[in-house]
Amino acid sequence: MSREFQWIGKPTVRYDGVARVTGQAQYTDDLRLPGMLVGKILRSPHAHARIRSIDTSKAEALPGVKAVATGQDAPVAYGILPVSEDEYALAVGKVRFVGDEVAAVAAVDEATALRALSLIVVDYEVLPAIFDPYEAMVREDVKIHEETRVANIERKASLSFGDVEAGFGEADYIREDSFFKGAATHAPIEPHSSLAHFQDGKLTLWTATQVPHYLHRYLSKVLELPQDRVRVIKPALGGGFGGKGEPLPLEFAASILARKSGRPVKITYTREEVFLTHRGRHPMHMKFKTGVKKDGRITALHFESLLDGGSYGSYGVVTLYYSGQLLTGPYVIPAYSFDAVRVHTNKPPCGAQRGHGGVQPRYGFEVHLDRIATDLGIDPLEIRLKNAMESGTRTVNELRITSCGFRECLERSARKVSWEERRGKLPKGRGLGIAGGFYICGAGLPIYFNPLHHSNARIEADRSGRVTVFCGASDIGQGSDTMLALVAAETIGVSPESVKVVSADTDTTPVDLGSYSSRVTFMAGNACHAAALEVRNRLLAAVAEEHGVSVEDLEIRGQAVEVPTSPPKILSFAEAVMLAEVRGGPVCGSGGYTPPILAGKYRGAGVGPSPAYSFGAHVAEVEVDTETGEVRVLRLVAAHDLGRALNPPAAEGQVEGAAVMGLGETLYERNEFVKTGQHESPSLLEYKVPTALDVPDIEPILVESLDPEGPFGAKECGEGSLHPSIPAIVNAIYDAVGIWLHEAPISPEAVLKALAAKKAGSREQGAGSRT
Amino acid sequence: MNVVRFSLNGDPVEVGVRAGETLLQALRERFGLTGTKQGCDLGDCGACTVLLDGEPVLSCLVLAADAEGHSVVTIEGLSHGEELHPVQKAFLDEGAVQCGYCTPGMVLTATALLDANPDPTDVEIRRAISGNLCRCTGYTKIVCAVRRAAEASGAQGRDGES
Repeated sequence: MSREFQWIGKPTVRYDGVARVTGQAQYTDDLRLPGMLVGKILRSPHAHARIRSIDTSKAEALPGVKAVATGQDAPVAYGILPVSEDEYALAVGKVRFVGDEVAAVAAVDEATALRALSLIVVDYEVLPAIFDPYEAMVREDVKIHEETRVANIERKASLSFGDVEAGFGEADYIREDSFFKGAATHAPIEPHSSLAHFQDGKLTLWTATQVPHYLHRYLSKVLELPQDRVRVIKPALGGGFGGKGEPLPLEFAASILARKSGRPVKITYTREEVFLTHRGRHPMHMKFKTGVKKDGRITALHFESLLDGGSYGSYGVVTLYYSGQLLTGPYVIPAYSFDAVRVHTNKPPCGAQRGHGGVQPRYGFEVHLDRIATDLGIDPLEIRLKNAMESGTRTVNELRITSCGFRECLERSARKVSWEERRGKLPKGRGLGIAGGFYICGAGLPIYFNPLHHSNARIEADRSGRVTVFCGASDIGQGSDTMLALVAAETIGVSPESVKVVSADTDTTPVDLGSYSSRVTFMAGNACHAAALEVRNRLLAAVAEEHGVSVEDLEIRGQAVEVPTSPPKILSFAEAVMLAEVRGGPVCGSGGYTPPILAGKYRGAGVGPSPAYSFGAHVAEVEVDTETGEVRVLRLVAAHDLGRALNPPAAEGQVEGAAVMGLGETLYERNEFVKTGQHESPSLLEYKVPTALDVPDIEPILVESLDPEGPFGAKECGEGSLHPSIPAIVNAIYDAVGIWLHEAPISPEAVLKALAAKKAGSREQGAGSRT
Repeated sequence: MNVVRFSLNGDPVEVGVRAGETLLQALRERFGLTGTKQGCDLGDCGACTVLLDGEPVLSCLVLAADAEGHSVVTIEGLSHGEELHPVQKAFLDEGAVQCGYCTPGMVLTATALLDANPDPTDVEIRRAISGNLCRCTGYTKIVCAVRRAAEASGAQGRDGES
């Protein structure tokens, strides 16, 4: 199709926008069923304990209690990754963090459910707990999971690419630095919520999930029900960011209670429970060693990471590999090696959070790179441009780079702040910093191995002139339903308003793997495009046959088909559908998307490959108060190469939101635990999500590199756009006051301490040497 | 149970509430007005914001009984039939809505701001919405939407006068 776009690239109003601004949108917690019960979960008060026994008899006897469940009701292990199925719906045998789920009750109201929880007697044998990841690596006497062979090491990964030794050998300058990036958590404004209903031996679960398909599989496994007797529906969802990206205890607990009680059961987490559920950013201890030539060209990189995984596997093995695999861009690294370790500790499990796996190493590397540039007297922008990767290349670990707009991201973001005129020349206390980044557009492999499409869409055009897209993709607020409507509309030629989207319902929509790894626009977009093409082709063939013209001469615009007969005819879209329906029944199209085979031949090569990569560069301007240590971000310019902006305001919204999330975890958000393992700040008062007063207007720049395989050239924009913001801010702090901060989040106290150390002339962490 | 009488979205209502029942619970559970969201139940997030006599309040911190004799407006009471309130329209047109969970509270807070101050500065807008957390948008488009609504209302007011 070589025609101008009708809708792509222009603002499209959100598919379900009116429902969301009028309060009509139904989120899971808004749903009610007749006879519905309230479910509540009893949680462990201990960080690590064996469960000797659980006595639920008093709770069961309480009037108004309809069901009580413990781990014994479904002792089947699950976990989002097949390599680490180490969780149970409710604890079996042991609890591993303060807040671990032990039992659940369903009662006629919340007060009764809470009273029932207080009547459950659990006999615990308290065990020593581990909170420090270094301790977890060596404590053989304390095993959080019996299966770990060495101490509490869940997994190690070591890979090497190219001749690393020779790379360091040819370097003129080598620098080593250590960094620590603390935990952050998703903090979506909608708490998790699930409503389960058992009827005729069939389970229906309405739930706030990013991954209906994976949840469907695990509900079937854990509840021991055939998959065709389980239905997962995702209603409107109030933000995920990775926190709703895997099967979670409340989804199983509500289902078990509904089965036991024979009544619908809804569990909605309190805000504190949302914090305990976590699955957020891994705390990561990191070491970098980089060799460069005199002119700043990188010759070799070695990286080490220690991931504090918390109590369960979650997405951790993938996080572990991503931490290493995603450092080979957006700069050309000719030789590279990494050693990564993930350990268990007695804290809530860490998992995937926006920008998954790459965020912490990106922070460290971009600051490390600025330090190298500073040591060599090279401008930070220049060292990045010098090493920037290009389109049509392969990284040393065999990642295939198709489209790449990294250079343009760097140049345009720098130009926007007048980098050359202003960097290093602002009054003391003010500074500019730049950083780059890149990210996957979906993983090349599914989470469980299978040869099927990663995303599927089915589209039907009916005689009312409406087009309906059926797709498993899960709109978590990012706007994937709007994207599907837009792609279908543009492909077929109708207006987006005439497209209805039915999504994320395992009974009625074909499988899409879910909203994670920034895969939806690329993969579901491609599947939807293929399905829409089929519909379009059927319609045009029918019209061409009816009117004796060639398909190539037909065009669908708005709600009409233009037929170049003489005199020309205009058919309504509905009339065209009827012509096709007469000839072949319902006008349906289906399409799927599978990434090309991308993984290298080495073990571990499955994590990192993606059909495309987004690129980005952020420039931050900060003001540092040297009296109080407070850092304010005055400007944050966020350039992001998203291939093509299908719906520019939605794309800008993703970039702006990601940049602010990065800003939050740089300066404000602390997800820490007190000595006995309790969460230090399980509320939105204490866990400081940025408010409107904490952030500037973000200045997004959308760079369009037109990916050859993306739908209309589009790539991801929701996750990669977080990566550069953290190091851009940290680098700007150096420009403002001359201190390097190797730990984030950055407190005012840390700034003051670094300023005092600088004044005293003490040596900082890390060092370089000329070779 | 206490019987409470108040005006809800312009209509007189009478409802029985438990002692200690919050306005948020009464709105969601007794009236089925689920547009008012519960994000934290602690007064930290702003998702449950409603207008009490035109002022934004956190309905999770207001007892239902305290609504006695007052006027309550929820997100469901802001539009007139199909016609959106200018603030709702501006949020849509600017792309200021993502997941939408903060949106009802944010829209009502912005509405109260514009009622009191029809032409706010960006700082005034940010200060007004600083009690309403949004985790999706980064606030940039929300501030633009409030400004746009102010401009639209201003233009409407001027047209009305002429």
